[in-house]
Amino acid sequence: MAMLRIDALRALYPELESRVVVTIMGAVAAELQSIGHRNNFFYLQHAMGLASSMGLGIALTRPDKQVVVLDGDGSLLMNLGGLTTMARYKPGNLVHVVFDNESLLSVGGFPTATSTGSDLAAIAAAAGIPRTATVRTVDALTAAVQEALAAKELTTIVAKVDAVGPPAYVTDLALLENRFQFQRYLQGRS
Amino acid sequence: MSPVSTSNSRLIYDALKSCGVRLMSALPETWLVHLIRMADDDPEMTLVRLAKEEEGVGISAGAYLAGVSSAMLMQNHGFLASVNGIVSCAQLYRIPLLMVISQRGSFGERDPWQTEGGAVTENVLRALGIAYDRLSEPGHVARRIAHARTLAYSSNRPVALLLERDLMWEDAG
Repeated sequence: MAMLRIDALRALYPELESRVVVTIMGAVAAELQSIGHRNNFFYLQHAMGLASSMGLGIALTRPDKQVVVLDGDGSLLMNLGGLTTMARYKPGNLVHVVFDNESLLSVGGFPTATSTGSDLAAIAAAAGIPRTATVRTVDALTAAVQEALAAKELTTIVAKVDAVGPPAYVTDLALLENRFQFQRYLQGRS
Repeated sequence: MSPVSTSNSRLIYDALKSCGVRLMSALPETWLVHLIRMADDDPEMTLVRLAKEEEGVGISAGAYLAGVSSAMLMQNHGFLASVNGIVSCAQLYRIPLLMVISQRGSFGERDPWQTEGGAVTENVLRALGIAYDRLSEPGHVARRIAHARTLAYSSNRPVALLLERDLMWEDAG
């Protein structure tokens, strides 16, 4: 494999800066914060599976905002039914990126079912997500995200990345601090 | 005709709407059919039909942070299926949830498969520290729903309202 998640996040950062971003816990949250936290970024540091549902809740209630969910294979596998809910309502302002390292990295790297052939982009397509893709390079990921944002159509992009994470997962940003900052941002009070 | 009370479902629906609810997540169950239909027919309400109730925690959390009040319509077994989301999303991040839970498996329940959930639901609510009240009489529905919503927002915590057989089911048998 060739893509590192941190490189992918650095490349995507200009697209994320002005969007509402919801991430899963673990490496995605820590790495995005290491590049630069913003009040429009929310890191769901537990409740595995629900980052995509939170993104859906924001996208449905705030059609004026573009929402990017940064999900992972382990999290999405815990809420595959959520793909059918997203597909049912198809908010055009939601882009769902799944970093697939084929493992549960933060708990020791145990392999997930994507390591034995489960194809999350195919599952998303079969669930009814109108646009799906699997990408393996930073350039392909950046292009796919830009196209999805421009198309304004619900998209799930599975980015195959190396099972490499940051040195630490706990950051200086308290969970509740992040939650209140994000709420103020969404409600135009920051 | 379903013996589920249309008039009491209307009372509940109107009370939820009066306290600002504009999004409802739901997974169908017998006692909730009229409520779900009312939400579906109301152009001012966003109805989100779920595959599993725990998704509703994330959807309500997102809606809340975005400034929209929501309610979760679910059976008590759906509440039991949502416990991790309630704990590690709503409680961890101090999100007010308004959970409207049909309390199946209580006295009068004829479906054997509902009986275990009925016996444990209140104990689980108490174990989680979730404030709850029962809706059993039409006369207190609007007040209790409004009070539940007020406490959820002032405490930044989930609250629950249990829909009881006496309110929801018109067949006295």
